[in-house]
Amino acid sequence: MEVTAPTHLKPDRSRSTRFSGWAVCAVITALLISLPVVVVLAHVFYPSGEVWKHLAETVLADYVANSLLLMLGVAIGTAIGGIGCAWLISMTEFPGRKVFEWALLLPMAMPAYIIAYTYTGLLDFAGPVQTVLREVMGWKWGDYWFPDVRSLGGAVIMMSLVLFPYVYLMTRAAFLNQSICVLDVSRTLGNGPWRTFFSVGLPLARPAIVAGLSLALMETLADYGTVQYFGVATFTTGIFRTWYGLDNAAAASQLAALLMMFVFVLLVLEAYSRRQARFHHTSQRHQDIQRYVLKGWKSLGAFLFCFLALLLGFLLPAGQLGYWSVLVAETQIDGSFLALLENSLELAGLTSVLAVILALFLGYSRRLHRTKPLLASVRLAGMGYAVPGTVIAIGVIIPFAWFDNTLDGWARETLGISTGLLLSGTVFALVFAYLVRFLAVSLQAVNAGLDRIKPSIDEAGRSLGYGPLGVVRRLHIPLLSGSLLTAVLLVFVDVLKELPATLILRPFDYNTLAVRAYEMASDERLADAGPASLAIVAAGIVPVVLLSRSIARTRREKT
Amino acid sequence: MSQLEVCDVSIAYGANTVVSGVSFTLQEGEIGCLLGPSGCGKTSLLRAVAGFEPLSTGRVLLNGETVSSESFVLPPERRKVGMVFQDFALFPHLSVFDNLGFGLRALAPEKRKQRITELLDLVGLTAVVRHFPHELSGGQQQRVALARAMAPRPDILLLDEPFSAIDPEFREQLAVEVREMLKRDNMTAVLVTHDQLEAFAMADRIGVMNQGRLQQMDTAYNLYHRPANRFVADFIGDGALLPGRVIGIGRVETPLGTLEGPTPTELKVGDRVDILVRPDDVIHEDDSSLKLTIVKKEFRGAEFRYTLGIAGGHKIICLVPSHHDHPIGSNLGVRVDMEHLRLFPAA
Repeated sequence: MEVTAPTHLKPDRSRSTRFSGWAVCAVITALLISLPVVVVLAHVFYPSGEVWKHLAETVLADYVANSLLLMLGVAIGTAIGGIGCAWLISMTEFPGRKVFEWALLLPMAMPAYIIAYTYTGLLDFAGPVQTVLREVMGWKWGDYWFPDVRSLGGAVIMMSLVLFPYVYLMTRAAFLNQSICVLDVSRTLGNGPWRTFFSVGLPLARPAIVAGLSLALMETLADYGTVQYFGVATFTTGIFRTWYGLDNAAAASQLAALLMMFVFVLLVLEAYSRRQARFHHTSQRHQDIQRYVLKGWKSLGAFLFCFLALLLGFLLPAGQLGYWSVLVAETQIDGSFLALLENSLELAGLTSVLAVILALFLGYSRRLHRTKPLLASVRLAGMGYAVPGTVIAIGVIIPFAWFDNTLDGWARETLGISTGLLLSGTVFALVFAYLVRFLAVSLQAVNAGLDRIKPSIDEAGRSLGYGPLGVVRRLHIPLLSGSLLTAVLLVFVDVLKELPATLILRPFDYNTLAVRAYEMASDERLADAGPASLAIVAAGIVPVVLLSRSIARTRREKT
Repeated sequence: MSQLEVCDVSIAYGANTVVSGVSFTLQEGEIGCLLGPSGCGKTSLLRAVAGFEPLSTGRVLLNGETVSSESFVLPPERRKVGMVFQDFALFPHLSVFDNLGFGLRALAPEKRKQRITELLDLVGLTAVVRHFPHELSGGQQQRVALARAMAPRPDILLLDEPFSAIDPEFREQLAVEVREMLKRDNMTAVLVTHDQLEAFAMADRIGVMNQGRLQQMDTAYNLYHRPANRFVADFIGDGALLPGRVIGIGRVETPLGTLEGPTPTELKVGDRVDILVRPDDVIHEDDSSLKLTIVKKEFRGAEFRYTLGIAGGHKIICLVPSHHDHPIGSNLGVRVDMEHLRLFPAA
């Protein structure tokens, strides 16, 4: 009816008042996934004494200031890169546009810490850039000023280069979804391309932009590898230092809790803009976009803008990694390297499939039972993405160790045997931590897909004789296949890249590509870090290309 | 036994009651309609019949079996209802054939194919059986949605604003066509709409709803000529309410003079009333002694729709064959001929 709100936005009284096994299962699953976050948050109330006081008096202000500056810089950087590319790609025509359309996603395959290693190799004193400068100009050490890449500014640039595709992806989708009518209206009212961009296109895409920025900033806050390597004191490095260096779990957890407040702001922002996006669909009718055909210097400018983003975010660092890999191929690529590869692919494959199954389960529960406990617990389960791997690892270790010790104690007492460590230090613990961290990625993809399925589709399925499960199997899964694929691929890439949680939780002697790259780089053996880094990037490319193709396909289906 | 029985049904969202105390029944093969302005509760009521909304009071019976009550909601998939949605809700990943076959999983493949062929024939879509929803026109999509809902031979077919996504000039024609298809299958159906012409074209009986209450459930003719209350009189058709005073049995004094005719309403002499004057009560006669000023004039092709001013600022409407072309401001001779007097106590 034309009453108050669309039905799918209303709490569903028919089921909320009744017991439902499905909803209870969903709440329990969601709570299990959020356990590590809750454990960490619970530690806020533990007295941590002198260490915390010491932190607050000395380094805390630095952590806050550096994290804020980092976020500000990355927000500006990714907004310029992401929105600029999205507008050029979706609204204009220039040579190479079709290639850039998918190629601009490639930097997503490049983890920030790996791009940090390559630019360090490129730009430090012994690197090719400074060497050439010295040879050409005849300078010696100390003769000239050269920006230090291992700095806060450097970290901002590194992260912006690899995180701008998040903004690009979301904004481009928003531009394509915009009714072309409103843009045409703006043009008939005498606004040129620039005016139209700033007065119509940009405001309508704002929710998508904010959502993309929030994702990029969550990544920024969660980064450990880059800031650790560049020696920038932020929350994550602080937590690591407090946990390992000062051996104070409570203080580390309190730092983490403080960090979560930043994260919380981003989550609220993201959720809010997602809600806004609903109302920004101005028309049901979509027409193919009449792109502005750019000519002359404008066309060159557009090309250079996109090319630079691609060159600096992907081509150059990938080339450097390739060069290093060739250099060290003989010594580095051996049986142990293949074992690393296998471990990484196994972990990523297993986690991404599990994550999408869980996301589908939770996403659908949320659609079916819009009850407060369920919505809240699913939201909590989705918070992991914003929580740094470091923190999640701590949140996993604490309850798992408790469980192992309790079970062992009980078994010894009653059965006289020792069960040892069942969970701690296993692949299971690692996969669980990944799930906690990356479930949100697949949840987001699945929910975005589910939101696109009109509630009347569900109701049509129900009235044609299918129960809730039948509707999922016969309607949602086929309709969601694009979103599910996206979910699997995004988690796959994220697991391959994940560093800090892997560092802390991996079973003894169990190495992954990311760990190898980190260890080599930490030993200043940048070239030796090449093959492992290159493998991560290469594996990341395949899903990125598939992702861009599936996006193009859904676009075609729609028109 | 009635095919559909709605007994004293109320629906509420929290403190917001959207349907209160609605009762009506439909016999097998009868097409009913819920008609009313936006927000009157008609769609909520329809969704309650389908099983998508729980009741706060009352009962819904399908084929004599209780499917909804205060404490019980039989899920939609377990009641035999077909539903046609406002946006059609066609499954975008399935062809026309598979959309129609979606609700027929219980049938053997042969039987299923036979039923689908039958339906394609009924709605005239055999030519596009392999097409996907996005390749169809709005009217074709509408017919797929209808055939899909009818496929499992439901006890009742529910149509939620089924023509609102169709171009207005085709709506009435399509409504007539849909009526014919339903009648051919002897299908019991409930239509929800805010468009009375659609309702008139399709339904046997029409329930007019306002603010969650059923005002009157009757044939289109009776709604127009014997409206149960002021709201129905105003909502259905053209017309004007003029103030009057009862001066005798079947005699009312109005600004148009004394009007006479039978009236079912029990009123005393001297009561103040409002009297409903429809355009068809006002007949144009050049030599009538009653002359009224034309204040508005609309050309409708076959006829003019004149709005005539009366003393006291009241207006009535008169439809005149279009060769009677009179300018605005001139006087038009009319005779008021009431078959019956429709009176409402003055507000």
